[in-house]
Amino acid sequence: MSGAGIRIEGLRKRYGSGDTAVDALKQVDMSVAPGEVVGLIGPSGSGKSTLLKCLGAVIEPTAGRMMLGEHTIYDDGWRVRDLRALRRDRIGFVFQAPYLIPFLDVTDNVALPPMLAGVPNAEARRRALGLLDALEVRHRAAAMPAQLSGGEQQRVAIARGLVNRPPVILADEPTAPLDSARALAVIRILNEMARRYRTAVIVVTHDEKIIPTFARIYHIRDGVTQEERGEGRSIG
Amino acid sequence: MISLAARDIVHGWGKFVFTGVGLGLLIGVTLIMAGVYRGMVDDGKALLDNSGADLWVVQQDTLGPYAEPSSVRDDTWRRLRTTPGVARAANVTYLTMQLATSAGEVRAMVVGVPPGEIVAPGWPPFLVAGRHITRSHYEAVADLASGARLGDVLKIRRHRYTVVGLTRRMVSASGDPMVFIPLRDAQEAQFLKDNDAVRETRRRNAADPAFDRPGVPGLLAAIDEAQGANPWVNAVLVTLQPGASATDVAQAIRRWTRLTVYTRGSMEAILVGKLIATSARQIGMFLVILGVVSATIVAFIIYTLTMDKLREIAVLKLIGTRNRTIAAMILQQAIALGLIGLVTGRIAATWAAPAFPKYVLLVPQDTLAALCIVIAICVLASLVAIRIALAVDPAEAIGG
Repeated sequence: MSGAGIRIEGLRKRYGSGDTAVDALKQVDMSVAPGEVVGLIGPSGSGKSTLLKCLGAVIEPTAGRMMLGEHTIYDDGWRVRDLRALRRDRIGFVFQAPYLIPFLDVTDNVALPPMLAGVPNAEARRRALGLLDALEVRHRAAAMPAQLSGGEQQRVAIARGLVNRPPVILADEPTAPLDSARALAVIRILNEMARRYRTAVIVVTHDEKIIPTFARIYHIRDGVTQEERGEGRSIG
Repeated sequence: MISLAARDIVHGWGKFVFTGVGLGLLIGVTLIMAGVYRGMVDDGKALLDNSGADLWVVQQDTLGPYAEPSSVRDDTWRRLRTTPGVARAANVTYLTMQLATSAGEVRAMVVGVPPGEIVAPGWPPFLVAGRHITRSHYEAVADLASGARLGDVLKIRRHRYTVVGLTRRMVSASGDPMVFIPLRDAQEAQFLKDNDAVRETRRRNAADPAFDRPGVPGLLAAIDEAQGANPWVNAVLVTLQPGASATDVAQAIRRWTRLTVYTRGSMEAILVGKLIATSARQIGMFLVILGVVSATIVAFIIYTLTMDKLREIAVLKLIGTRNRTIAAMILQQAIALGLIGLVTGRIAATWAAPAFPKYVLLVPQDTLAALCIVIAICVLASLVAIRIALAVDPAEAIGG
């Protein structure tokens, strides 16, 4: 499924109705190619979180069209039936805090999404170990989340987001709690994984340290997105 | 798919085990309460079994001899023995009193049995040590639960009795150990007055012109004698000849003796249905309260555990976990907690039961019933937590 990216056209979201209606998203147009990492930035109250929830299939947009690869997810009121399966199979999430499941070891934290999708445990763990290897945390495979450093936890969270090979990964402030070096390391990993697995990555951030690394940036203000060219600075 | 509930329990095993042990102690108390009731019923049945009787002949219109006082003339047994179908008939007296043994004071039921007739109903069916009563006076056979040992001397009223035999599980309906003594001694013990009271009665008789008549010599002495003797027993225990119908023989005795006769079934109904009915209801109320308390505790614990995991539940839902998987996780944890509690409770009850002064009978059926009730309670108790968990919005994992 990887290799298709995400495309959004005219997405709108209205909360409430009548006089109390609030248009959180007025006109969102985005397109992220497979293997590309883009930034989504904007001030508080601009609609970032609402957009992220729409992209994450957690809330439904009021209008517009959204496509993951060749599959239409929303189309002016129509949506796929099973949003839960869509989130499980076709969207990867990386959060501000890693939010690993504290009672599962590192391997099972990463292997959980494929297990939920019905993949046999052994195969799910094999996939998980492969990703942990790629993210250089395989040596902590048997550790519990509480035993990991912040950077290791974030890498495990990235592995969990990637393990079902989704066409898109949504990263919500993934570097907020990290210092410069670690923040840049996370972005480097996201870029590497995006290239390796042909995954489109949208990074929602306020972090000035990482904004210069994006080649393309979407600004969102008052529910309207605007595309800008970024510096695309090399991370090294 | 891995078991999320099992992983969570293993991860936080200390919390689960300690909570389960706490719950287990409560379940242990519940099992003990049920065991106390079972013990009371078993004591009643043991009393009937050990008496060896098929019929109990008691004072008319009484529920004697265990549930109500009953007095029957001590020569009644002779007439009963001639009734068709009766194999044996023997007098018996029952007197519950405080006894001093070598192990200290104990509440005991003193049973008067005719000495020398060891196959007569009323006698202990077997001894664990010593011999039966062979003399007409001042020998006793005591139950082990009384604390008495062979050779001990028991003081009953004015007289001292040497323990010549020991029994096991010979108890009254209320669980008090039995002490068997010769019938005549028991009759005397039931009505014996102290010397001052005897002297006072004789003085009153002598002062009464109706008794002390100059023209009727010997009347006063006869009255004194009659007032000092006790020709009463509490019941006559009857065993039947092989093939005789208890109902038919009971009917025949009722017709000819103007006494009340109980069969084994009706006597058991009196003991269980009347004698311990109030205690059973009391215990039933305790069981209901303990059940409600257990359910509340399980519900609170599962609720707290779930509230501690709301963020994880939001993440699980966001990455596509089915609602039923999350509900199963909570339900399995609640049931696991209940099972830990049940095992702990059963062990605690088994360990503590012998320390209770009264017989506590723990039966597998009660444990099985407790298992079903605990699972039902856990399912009910987890419903609130499941409802909260299912209401968690996966968007909470994203924040904003």
